[in-house]
Amino acid sequence: MSATVKIPTPLRKLTNNETSVDAVGKTIEQIVESLDSAYPGMRERLIDDNGDLRHFVNIYLNGEDIRYIDGLKSPVSDNDELSIVPAVAGGLT
Amino acid sequence: MSVNQRASDHELLLSLPARLPEVMCATPSELRGPVEKLSNVQSLRCKECGRDYPQEPIYVCDFCFGPLEVIYDLHAASKSMSRESIQDGPLTMWRYDQLLPASREHAVDIGAGMTPLVKAENLGKELGLNNLWIKNDAANPTHSFKDRVVSVAATKAVEFDFDTIACASTGNLAGATAAHGAKANMNTMVFIPSNLERGKILGAAIFGSVVLVNGNYDDVNRLCSELGDDRRWAFVNINMRPYYSEGSKSIGYELAEQLGWRAPSHIIVPVASGSLFTKVFKGLNEFAELGIIDSNNSKMHIAQPAGCSPVATAFVDGQTHPKPVIPDTIAKSLAIGSPADGFYSVEIANKTGGSGTIVPEPEIAEGMKLLAETEGIFTETAGGVVISALKRLARENIIHPDEETVALITGTGLKTLEAIADQVETSTIEPTIGSFDEIVMGTAVT
Repeated sequence: MSATVKIPTPLRKLTNNETSVDAVGKTIEQIVESLDSAYPGMRERLIDDNGDLRHFVNIYLNGEDIRYIDGLKSPVSDNDELSIVPAVAGGLT
Repeated sequence: MSVNQRASDHELLLSLPARLPEVMCATPSELRGPVEKLSNVQSLRCKECGRDYPQEPIYVCDFCFGPLEVIYDLHAASKSMSRESIQDGPLTMWRYDQLLPASREHAVDIGAGMTPLVKAENLGKELGLNNLWIKNDAANPTHSFKDRVVSVAATKAVEFDFDTIACASTGNLAGATAAHGAKANMNTMVFIPSNLERGKILGAAIFGSVVLVNGNYDDVNRLCSELGDDRRWAFVNINMRPYYSEGSKSIGYELAEQLGWRAPSHIIVPVASGSLFTKVFKGLNEFAELGIIDSNNSKMHIAQPAGCSPVATAFVDGQTHPKPVIPDTIAKSLAIGSPADGFYSVEIANKTGGSGTIVPEPEIAEGMKLLAETEGIFTETAGGVVISALKRLARENIIHPDEETVALITGTGLKTLEAIADQVETSTIEPTIGSFDEIVMGTAVT
């Protein structure tokens, strides 16, 4: 499975300023591994020492937060779009 | 096109805009002249891994994605800041500029801060509290505490030479951003969920462009994060966030000053992302560290509505990290399901001996009504959450009758009229004494 991954500004140093890259995998976890192979350092920025998604990283699969799907085990299909977004906030605060 | 003509091009957009804001003839810095950076800021520091960064329009750590926070040279601040120097300052939040990340001299200032701290004797009597105060931040220029944070963010945006100021908002921030953008002669681009209360939409649209997004706040936030990656805009609560959030500290400073230079025993704070909660506490801690107050022993209490309570729930369940939820609450300004500062809020509530209260949705309007009927203050739904949480804390004796307690009211009820439409009663009469006696006094004239 090949998916398109949107890269946020803080990670573009790893992707030679590419804003969007392709990655392969049947799950988010495999996509992250694929990204790390092509762009070393990606995994440790997204995944913590316990193997979980870092608290301040959000990954959206076709616009849906993977925490509401099946986390890193969420299945990925061909041509899916992933977006990596740093957790920020606003609202009332 | 002149800068002053810009306003006529703004329009209320009912979907994503087909065009981007037009480029201004002059940038804010060209209009104002060069802006010198005068502050006691030492660096930006990652709250997670401690890496330091220079003062730039950045907001997350390159390495761990942790949020960046402004670090001050408190030693330098202590030389120039005292109770007297503060009292000699302007009657706005900028009287505390030595602990803000921007210069007072060039502040984008529409008068935020120094809002009333009101002794709430009637409400206190109702709740059995003898030393209760209401910090009424609805008295800010756009009627919410968001003017504080945006005043700082807009000032930094000018310093960084942005020409467009933008935000993702649950409503109050939209109005504050658009108003400060107007004052700073900047383009504005404000994004809000399309289901917001009408008062908040129109209250922001009067100042500049408002974009209604079909989705909840978390969807809007994601969109803005993605937009911000490709556009050189100052998103006040994204790339300006480290500076923006510092504005909330001024509530802590003001509480201390208005109480006679001391921290209260209890502070009840409405929580959405948790930033306000952490910054009020940080402000009091800084005052204590500088010796402006003797100590900060305030117990910090989280107030959230049942329809969106990830932070309060984490506290109650003994968890450190809030579990994201999909918001479903009438308190739309608190409807952040994935709160970025939730972890830090839970930590502070635990550390200070505070609490987390989950307010049932029907009690939100009751809280609004109770505050209005006892103190003459009309708060928005978030304030209803605070007052109902306060009521529970008093009833459960978590707050004792004589302890000095402050409830933060962060916005006005005039923006959320829908919430109390079923809670108030009015009478309609004919213009006659007979009709008045019959309908209002309940006595038929014979």
